Amino acid sequence: MSLSIEQVQRIAALARIELAAGDAEATRDKLNGIFGLIEQMQAVDTSGVEPMSHPQDVAQRLRTDVATEPDRRDEFQRIAPQTQAGLYLVPKVLE
Amino acid sequence: MPDVERRVPRLMINASLTELRAALDAKDVSSVELATLFLDRIERLNPALNAFITVDRDGALAAARAADARIAAGTGGPLTGIPLAHKDVFCTEGVLTTCGSKMLSNFVSPYDAHVVELLKQAGAVSLGKTNMDEFAMGSSNENSHYGAVKNPWDTSRVPGGSSGGSAAAVAARLAPIATGTDTGGSVRQPAALCGITGIKPTYGTVSRYGMIAYASSLDQGGALGTSAADCAALLTAMAGFDPRDSTSLERPAEDYSRELTVPAQPRPLAGLRIGLPQEFFGPGMADDVRAAVDAALDEYRKLGATTVDVSLPNAQLAIPAYYVIAPAEASSNLSRFDGVRYGHRAAEYRDLAEMYAKSRAEGFGAEVKRRILVGTYVLSHGYYDAYYLQAQKLRRLIAQDFQAALRGCDVIAGPTSPTTAWAIGEKSDDPVQMYLSDIYTIAVNLAGLPGLSHPCGFGAGNLPVGLQLVGDYFSEARLLNVAHRFQQASDWHLRRPAVAA
Repeated sequence: MSLSIEQVQRIAALARIELAAGDAEATRDKLNGIFGLIEQMQAVDTSGVEPMSHPQDVAQRLRTDVATEPDRRDEFQRIAPQTQAGLYLVPKVLE
Repeated sequence: MPDVERRVPRLMINASLTELRAALDAKDVSSVELATLFLDRIERLNPALNAFITVDRDGALAAARAADARIAAGTGGPLTGIPLAHKDVFCTEGVLTTCGSKMLSNFVSPYDAHVVELLKQAGAVSLGKTNMDEFAMGSSNENSHYGAVKNPWDTSRVPGGSSGGSAAAVAARLAPIATGTDTGGSVRQPAALCGITGIKPTYGTVSRYGMIAYASSLDQGGALGTSAADCAALLTAMAGFDPRDSTSLERPAEDYSRELTVPAQPRPLAGLRIGLPQEFFGPGMADDVRAAVDAALDEYRKLGATTVDVSLPNAQLAIPAYYVIAPAEASSNLSRFDGVRYGHRAAEYRDLAEMYAKSRAEGFGAEVKRRILVGTYVLSHGYYDAYYLQAQKLRRLIAQDFQAALRGCDVIAGPTSPTTAWAIGEKSDDPVQMYLSDIYTIAVNLAGLPGLSHPCGFGAGNLPVGLQLVGDYFSEARLLNVAHRFQQASDWHLRRPAVAA
């Protein structure tokens, strides 16, 4: 498998990471090397094998539907890049 | 030499936790003196090693004073007053928590990780936060925004990664013990390359709450120390059920030191069957590593163990499967870093999309970006079955191989790393070569089994070699005991680099 520059730019856009045009080629070469390693997987016949998503076969725990966390809004917002009146500020999304 | 190093016996630097405990309880030394001793060493030696990102002198001394009060009142526990270091992946309330990234260069955590909380309650004294590969992605510690960590045995070489700062700190005796995390070998491999002992327990043993996530189905906290006994004491304090981690296992608390108190005998490992996977002894292993591992296995036979050949036929698929599963989970986990609630935000942007893309481009380093891109691709529409699902099926085969092998033996042994520590810069521009250095450790994470690395000799250039032990689920106490019996009969774990000799 070999990725094109366009595919690399598309993946970067999906990942919300700006990729400068000048870096795209070097990034593609590194990714192609990694996919070269990954492709070894395709030689194995895994039909009938149950996918394993987790090391332990445990069921998701349920808890009572009650609030367990105290209100720590001020402490959590103190470390935010931009807040106002208890809200997180981002650039205008709707005109 | 600083004043405190004259007053407090130099022996304290290399003391075991048992010896430190005895000295504290006998009031031969106070926790404040002990913390000062190590803080002064960090101040003097860290500039050359770069093992710490943050040193918290004030916090450490305050915790040490509290520990001294507890010891005086007789209310201390095994770790009360013992200094330690936390890998900077663990959130520490009020203390900078960077995870080795520029993205979190301004992140003062508003809460403690469960591990940090438990160790604070135990009265352990945190000296600071250790350097690491950015977001725990790396095998050499060169992927840190805060610069590479140097191996205390040879400062032109890497300490391993991603818990390289913790491993280097323990090896150089900048801290007696340290916490780490292991997603594909990040406790065991740096322990091997720095000549110390490290254990990654069964997945689900240590809570992931407040441990900044890389690959959630693989990430597991672990312990680093100079001996299996020190690791056992630290792991006992770190482990425990935590309802805030959905994968934390509800099991009774364990004392991982419990088997260590049995008095030493001439053949303490009689009856133990050690499985040697042929796949771990193939041509990929360097000659000097092979010689040290073979000699250690002879020592194990002298201690009464027998060795049997076992097979892990799908072992060679562990690296490809890991480099699908881990990046996939990372791409999802790291989507939280968007410049909105915490962390780095770009200075200039035209709209929200550009704010995200620039903040992430500026905040993440090259390897983290690569893994996010790989993960984004393998999870994208049309590729999911070919990559992510296929990798999860291989994961099942790899886990089944271990179960089959463990039917014929009690523990599995082999090298931890195919080579000793390599030169800084040697592999840093070649991700695939870097990935291959974790060939013996990654399969253990995919299966979720416990694994331990202990020093077993030296290779060329007087660089340490590690031996890996892998056991069945929940066999941590046994692994630690096996390593402990080896350490009672050998002195590899007592060798120190010149900086701590």
